[in-house]
Amino acid sequence: MEIKILGTGCPNCKELERRVRAVLAGLGVAADVEKVTDIQKITEFKILSTPGLVINGRVVSSGRVPRAEEIRDWIRGTAG
Amino acid sequence: MKPSSPRGRLRFALTLAGAAAWALVYLNLQAFSRWFTYALLGLREGRHLSSAVEFFVFEAPKVLLLLAVVVFGVGLVRSFFTPEHTRRMLAGRRETAGNVLASLLGVVTPFCSCSAVPLFIGFVTSGVPLGVTFSFLISAPMVNEVALVLLFGLFGWKVAALYAGTGLLIAFSAGWVIGRLHLERWVEPWILELRQAKRETSVGNEPRLAWKDRVGFGRDAVRDIVGRVWPFVLGGIAVGAAIHGYVPQNFMASIMGRSAWWAVPLAVLFGIPMYSNAAGIIPIVQALLGKGAALGTVLAFMMSVIGLSFPEMVILRKVLKVPLLIVFASVVGLGIMIVGYVFNAVL
Repeated sequence: MEIKILGTGCPNCKELERRVRAVLAGLGVAADVEKVTDIQKITEFKILSTPGLVINGRVVSSGRVPRAEEIRDWIRGTAG
Repeated sequence: MKPSSPRGRLRFALTLAGAAAWALVYLNLQAFSRWFTYALLGLREGRHLSSAVEFFVFEAPKVLLLLAVVVFGVGLVRSFFTPEHTRRMLAGRRETAGNVLASLLGVVTPFCSCSAVPLFIGFVTSGVPLGVTFSFLISAPMVNEVALVLLFGLFGWKVAALYAGTGLLIAFSAGWVIGRLHLERWVEPWILELRQAKRETSVGNEPRLAWKDRVGFGRDAVRDIVGRVWPFVLGGIAVGAAIHGYVPQNFMASIMGRSAWWAVPLAVLFGIPMYSNAAGIIPIVQALLGKGAALGTVLAFMMSVIGLSFPEMVILRKVLKVPLLIVFASVVGLGIMIVGYVFNAVL
C-alpha cells in the first residue's frame, strides 16, 4: 500500500502524518508512507487545500485532518 | 431537532448544561475579577499592578469563552462550505460580481494560509479570474471570525461590523483593481500552462455531512483553533494588561492620535512584516485604544498585521512573480491606509 501525505509543513500536515503512522502501527499494516512537500508535485493531485491524503494513488481527503477512525476505515478498505 | 435516542438526549442535555455554565461564568467575570484582585490578592485599588491584574483576570477568561463559542459556531457554518464548492461557484464568473462573491465566500470558506498555493492554482486553472481569486485570498485571512469575535467582545458590535465591512470592501476593491491591471504575465508560467490544459480538480472524499458530523466539525475547530491560539491570547492580554496598568493615559495620543497624519501609513508599514493571529493582536489593540490611539490608526495596524503577512508572501512567491507580490501588497496596503484615514476623519 502506498500512502502519500500532501502538505507544505504546516501543523495540520504534521498532525496528519502522525495520525496515519499511528493508525498503521495500530492495525499492524505495512505501507509506504511518503510526505510530499513540493508544491508542484502537490498540485498534480489537484487538491484545493492541504493537507491531503492519498492512498494507492487515490485522493481520499483534502483540506482537513481526518479522524483516526476515518483513516482506519480507508486503510482497512484498501488492504482488502 | 430533539434527538430520540437516549445517548442523543444525554448529549443534548449536557450541551444545554454547558451553555448555562458558560453564561453563568461569563456574566460574573467582572465581579470575579474585582474580587480576585482586591479581596483575594489584597492589592490596593488604583495602583498600576492592581489595574493590570484586574484587567487580565477579567479579559482572559472572557475572551477565551467568547472565542470558544464563536469558533464553534463558525465551524458549524463552515461545514457547509468547502473550497471545492467555492471554486465551483466562482468559476467563470465575470469580474465585479465575482469579486463581491469571492470576498463574501472568503469569510465562510475554511482556509489556512498554508493552503494558499494549492487554492490559488486550483482556482486559476478552473477559470476563476485572477482578480476574483485575489479578492478571495485577501478576505479569507483578514475577515476571520476570531478577529470579529474579539472585536465584538471588547469593543461592541459597531467596531466589529466596521472591521468586517471595510475588510470586505478592501478585498473587493483590491481584487478588482488587480484584475483590471491584467497582470497575468506575472503569474508563474507553469501555472498558466496548467490553465491551458483545462483541468478538473479532484474532490476527494465529500460525503453529505450529517448534523452530528457538523457538530464534530465545530468541536474539532474549537479544539484545534483555541488549542493553538490560547497562549497568544493570554500573551496578548498580558501585554494589554501591562499597557492598561502602566502606560499613562494619553501616551498613545501623541504617537497614534488623530492629529498625527503620518501615524496611519506608519502603522500599516509596521504591520506588514509582522504576523500574528487575530487573537494575539486584539488585546494589544484594546490597550492602544484605551491609551488614546485613534481608532482608524489602530484598525489599520491590525488589518495590516493580519491581512498582509510576510510568511504568506513567501508562500505565494511560488506562484506569483515578485512584481505581482509587490502590487498585491501595495494595493491592499493602500486600501488599508485609506480606511484608516477615513475612520480617523469620520469617527
